[in-house]
Amino acid sequence: MNNNGTLFLPTQASTIANEVDSIFNFVLYTGLIIFAIVVIGLIFFSLKFRKRNENEELTSKVSENHVLEWTWSVIPSILVIVLFFMGFKTFMKMNIVPDNAIEIKTTGKKWMWVFDYPNGANSTNILTVPKDKPVKILLSSSDVIHSFYIPDFRVKMDALPNRYTTLWFEANQTGEFPIYCTEFCGTGHSQMIGTVKVVDYDEYETYLASSVSGVDDTSIPLKQLGENVYQGKACFTCHTLDGNSLVGPTFKGLFGSTVKHTDGSSATVDENYIRQSILEPANKIVEGFAPVMPTYQGQLNDREIDGIIEFIKENK
Amino acid sequence: MSANTNYLNATTGLKSWLYTLDHKRIGVMYLVSVMAFFMVGGLLAILLRLELFTPAGDLFSPDLYNRIFTLHGAVMIFLFILPAIPAALGNILLPIMIGAKDVAFPRLNLASWYVFLVGALVAVYSILIGGVDTGWTFYAPYSTDSTTAVTTIVFAAFIMGFSGIFTGINFIATIHKLRAPGMTWYKLPLFVWGLYATAIIQILATPVLAITLLLIIMERLVGVGIFDPALGGDPVLFQHFFWFYSHPAVYIMILPGMGIISELISTFSHKRIFGYKAIAFSSLGIAFVSFLVWGHHMYTAGQSEYASMIFSLITFSVGIPSGIKIFNWMATMYNGRITFQAPMLYAFMFLILFSIGGLTGMFLGALATDIHLHSTYFIVAHFHATMMGGTVIAFLGGVHYWWPKIWGRMYPQKLAQVTAVMVFLGFLGTFLPQFIAGSQGMVRRIHSYPEKFEFLNQISTFSAMILGLSFLVMMVYLFRSIKHGEPASDNPWGGLTMEWETQSPPVEHNFEKDPVVEHGPYDYHEVVKQSTDRS
Repeated sequence: MNNNGTLFLPTQASTIANEVDSIFNFVLYTGLIIFAIVVIGLIFFSLKFRKRNENEELTSKVSENHVLEWTWSVIPSILVIVLFFMGFKTFMKMNIVPDNAIEIKTTGKKWMWVFDYPNGANSTNILTVPKDKPVKILLSSSDVIHSFYIPDFRVKMDALPNRYTTLWFEANQTGEFPIYCTEFCGTGHSQMIGTVKVVDYDEYETYLASSVSGVDDTSIPLKQLGENVYQGKACFTCHTLDGNSLVGPTFKGLFGSTVKHTDGSSATVDENYIRQSILEPANKIVEGFAPVMPTYQGQLNDREIDGIIEFIKENK
Repeated sequence: MSANTNYLNATTGLKSWLYTLDHKRIGVMYLVSVMAFFMVGGLLAILLRLELFTPAGDLFSPDLYNRIFTLHGAVMIFLFILPAIPAALGNILLPIMIGAKDVAFPRLNLASWYVFLVGALVAVYSILIGGVDTGWTFYAPYSTDSTTAVTTIVFAAFIMGFSGIFTGINFIATIHKLRAPGMTWYKLPLFVWGLYATAIIQILATPVLAITLLLIIMERLVGVGIFDPALGGDPVLFQHFFWFYSHPAVYIMILPGMGIISELISTFSHKRIFGYKAIAFSSLGIAFVSFLVWGHHMYTAGQSEYASMIFSLITFSVGIPSGIKIFNWMATMYNGRITFQAPMLYAFMFLILFSIGGLTGMFLGALATDIHLHSTYFIVAHFHATMMGGTVIAFLGGVHYWWPKIWGRMYPQKLAQVTAVMVFLGFLGTFLPQFIAGSQGMVRRIHSYPEKFEFLNQISTFSAMILGLSFLVMMVYLFRSIKHGEPASDNPWGGLTMEWETQSPPVEHNFEKDPVVEHGPYDYHEVVKQSTDRS
């Protein structure tokens, strides 16, 4: 078994990956054999039956051969029936969630993944899961359709705005693996990338405990806290630090600058302006940008907002 | 020959074209239109590949990139590939191949071109007012919320649907009622059978798309809640409606292409087609079953597992007739006397590339592997192998095959052969790396991507340039040949279907005197026609 991936497939980091890959490889090798038959046949016929002289002649009148036709109908039919059952069997395994699975509520929104853990902890874009334990992802979306995809686990499911969907996996390798959005969702679609961190079960429990209490941790300096929030809540998807504009204005040199709004008014960016922009983002829209930012009311506490303000101030 | 009167020079002036009821002229107007749109769509593809040359999204803004890929898809599907074979080549050739003077409803035929043109103009207008960023699939609720010109472009697709329906009605009536004496159903060329099957789908499936698009427009304009959950609608319903049309539409694209390939293989092998009835009826079979597989686009969309299971089974069953056709074509070559002019090279290319498209479809039909591959570059490469490697290559084969008949002029054969080989290599270089990137997890419709996919994307972009350049060369030599090409004989390839019995280019009503069917379309075991092209 090759856990580290092949030419065609990435690392096998979940229990189902090996099974999916063996189907993939079965199709690959039978496909290559059939393809070789077609190509070799074409080359052979081209050489053997090419026109050899200038005279036009009658050719064979054969236009049917029942034995041959039955053969090349029945053999592929058997092949695809076998393939259908292989695909279906593993598909059902991928869909029946084990009873003891840890349930993590996952919400896709433009353009981030938000994870809510059983104990009330939550995180953005970084999903921490234990190794060797089944995890159920209960998926939905708060705007358009997204799709939750972890290539190394071979799992994918659409996140819909009006109903829940589920997928499950059991990671069998510690490490970090990317999460992509595979349903086109607009401007930030290519940046909607998360990470799944597979850790040992002890570490997972420690993480959960600390992330519930860690929010009020006053030992972290404000600027550091701001940077943590910037990374953790994926502000970087829309706001750069290097002066480029993505979906929203850049943070570089933002503090103290004067911005023009779409309604014609203008304002100087100060502490209150940033606070209002985080809590009521639809209120004032900077010219040249779309009103797409979601509110962070209830998602960030006062100290975290202070942290972001500090972080933006420092980013001159 | 060009001194004779023919449909091109019988009347002159712009008006004689704009008011023409001659199926050949209408077909030529379609041919020129779709080739122009093919170049536009191709240019957009080149822009996409340039952005993807590097992992960073540095050439265009994300919003611009999203507009470009939407436009690439919409132009290629609605303005090029759907009308390319039926409305352009089918229009020109179908009546001649069955020994008719014209299609059954010439005015409806002209109307279809004007409707198509109006649809195209509305599509162009939607670009001028800012473009569309939804992808050509218009998935709700993204499309019902998008602030871009979705309403306009959706309306354009709605209009163009009617032109397809008009053509379909016309072809069915023509094939049923206007066959020459002696042209029995089993003497119909297989291209005609392909067009017949296509026409059935055009008539049955297009209204579903029309209704769906109309619902999108109603939702956007007056807030009727059909698809948008915010209004009480269901976005997955849109996907069901959309693919109920769009999967059969895949066969609107490929069935006439398969028809062309049957003509090419038989003519250039100078041999009777193997399994005539199997090929003809499998086209009809595919046409009907194609309405029952739409759910295979939705394995990850949250539809029930049992629905997915049934769609998977039917999907596999619709693949078999396509596979059988490949073997039929190869068996046709057996004991033939094969020549290798440009059209035949496209037929070879079709067999290889369509096999790649079909075999990679097996990964996607199987449920477990589709979950991993869905919406990755594997899908992108797969449908380009079937649509471009299949339909476009068949279209180009058909264009090279009938070009001397349509214009009475021959293109430079050697140059055409070299270009065909370049197209083949360019295609492989562009899309084979995308299969690997996709199965490694590269997602589609992204304008920046992880570093590890850089090398594969660079091969792809580089090869796309070769592909683009080859098409450019092709357009130049083709259109140059209309004026400067060697005059073509009536039957340059030694073909036995009826279009080779009239002059090149044909007279206004196709035949000098009422044609008589003396032999079947593939009776190379009884009849020899001198082929006059010596290259």
